[in-house]
Amino acid sequence: MTREEISQAIIDILNDIVPDEDWSALTPEENLRGKLESMDFLDVIMELRKQYGVEVPEKDYGHFATLKGCADYLEPSLASK
Amino acid sequence: MNKPDKERVVITGVGLTAPNGNSLGEFRQNLLNGVSGVKAFETRYFGPTIAGICSFDPLKYQKRKELRIGTRAGSISIYCVHEALADAGIRIGQDVTSDRAGVFIGLTEHGNVETENEIYEISKYGYQTKYWSHYHNPRTVANNPAGEVTVNVGITGPHYTIGAACAAGNLGCVNGVQQILLGEVDVALAGGVSESPGTFGIFAAFNSQNALAHHDDPTKASRPFDKTRNGIVVSEGGAIYVLERLDRAKARGAKIYGEVTGYSYNSDATDMVLPNPVRQAACMRQAIERAGLTPADIHIVNTHATGTPAGDIKECEALRDVFGENCPDTYFNNTKSFIGHCMGAAAALELAGNLASFQDHIVHPTINVDELDPLCMLNNLVLNTPATAGRVDSILNNSFGMLGINCVLVLSKFA
Repeated sequence: MTREEISQAIIDILNDIVPDEDWSALTPEENLRGKLESMDFLDVIMELRKQYGVEVPEKDYGHFATLKGCADYLEPSLASK
Repeated sequence: MNKPDKERVVITGVGLTAPNGNSLGEFRQNLLNGVSGVKAFETRYFGPTIAGICSFDPLKYQKRKELRIGTRAGSISIYCVHEALADAGIRIGQDVTSDRAGVFIGLTEHGNVETENEIYEISKYGYQTKYWSHYHNPRTVANNPAGEVTVNVGITGPHYTIGAACAAGNLGCVNGVQQILLGEVDVALAGGVSESPGTFGIFAAFNSQNALAHHDDPTKASRPFDKTRNGIVVSEGGAIYVLERLDRAKARGAKIYGEVTGYSYNSDATDMVLPNPVRQAACMRQAIERAGLTPADIHIVNTHATGTPAGDIKECEALRDVFGENCPDTYFNNTKSFIGHCMGAAAALELAGNLASFQDHIVHPTINVDELDPLCMLNNLVLNTPATAGRVDSILNNSFGMLGINCVLVLSKFA
């Protein structure tokens, strides 16, 4: 997956998890925690596990604060997928 | 009744969803017009069957995320509560402080749907439990449907559910009445809900018990008292009442549907599934006595009958014992013949379908009786088309459930 595809995959997951939010204008540096409750965030982790086979240990959750952070963290794992 | 107004509890609002109607008016009209809500249905593992499914729009009162993380029982409850509050003209936080309102919802079961869904989900991943949802616990705690209501509506008073098998709709109402009379709340949102068609297990279990209804025409499948009845139609639904003390209802000029004048609940202590007509009759008698009435004062008896060969006969035995030959003005009907068995919602919905009779004196029928089972013969059993009663002052609503739980409610016209 390219970096753009990874970012789009994250946005698709966010759309499913919090469908009432408008995620189309999400900027790479915007803090996701303002729009995601803790249980929502666990859904993001679960969907990455289900859809892409990616395991994110709890100690790495901090990387998921922004869309850019997500892409940075996931790029090495998903580059070959 | 000589009780002071502050010791009398009345219904001032109704919110419901049934397989044949999403409002009190639509539901009543379909009961008078003979319109069934039972349709063909297919469920995981079990395959094609029939069921009563509701068509209300959950997005009327919930966000899409709430629907994703919540339960069907929660959605049904939320819809019914909003509709009931609007009907009563009560705004939480304005017409009643949020901590003086409470939610008391009867359930036949809860958590089966969610657990089956999760097991199905992890089956896609080799049954690895790391794919099990973190929402499973809040979805399956027994207070879930009532709790979802409080979160959605902003009610900070008490909430809980009442597990009472198929007597739950009545027992939910009874709990609401009791919480008001105890002074715990000023407004009780009480009744029952069911999401049961969401679990294949209930269909499979009734089928294994030879108690699941089947018929080429789904609308004819639920046929209490008919000679060819062959079981239960599993349905979902909900009915929630706004209950208030009479003095409060009068003070705000509320519309009053009726007064809960009597109720009773007891146990058979005899069998896991087979009903006990002696205990059913005792329950009816106590409810009537507590209402300060005699059986002859009851003008409509809404029967519990579910369409099982044995259960209908047992209830009719109990009814003949209580009402005998000296109740010429008592009519008997059945609502499950239209909507199937709405489980935890059944009693609450069935009561709602009869409320209008206080005004129009029309008794909705029990449909699908082509040949009455002689063992289900009752005087004034209203078959297939509505009847007109001379007067309707009190309605007795029967509900009985597995493990021998019985709950009977008497509602009287408010004059």
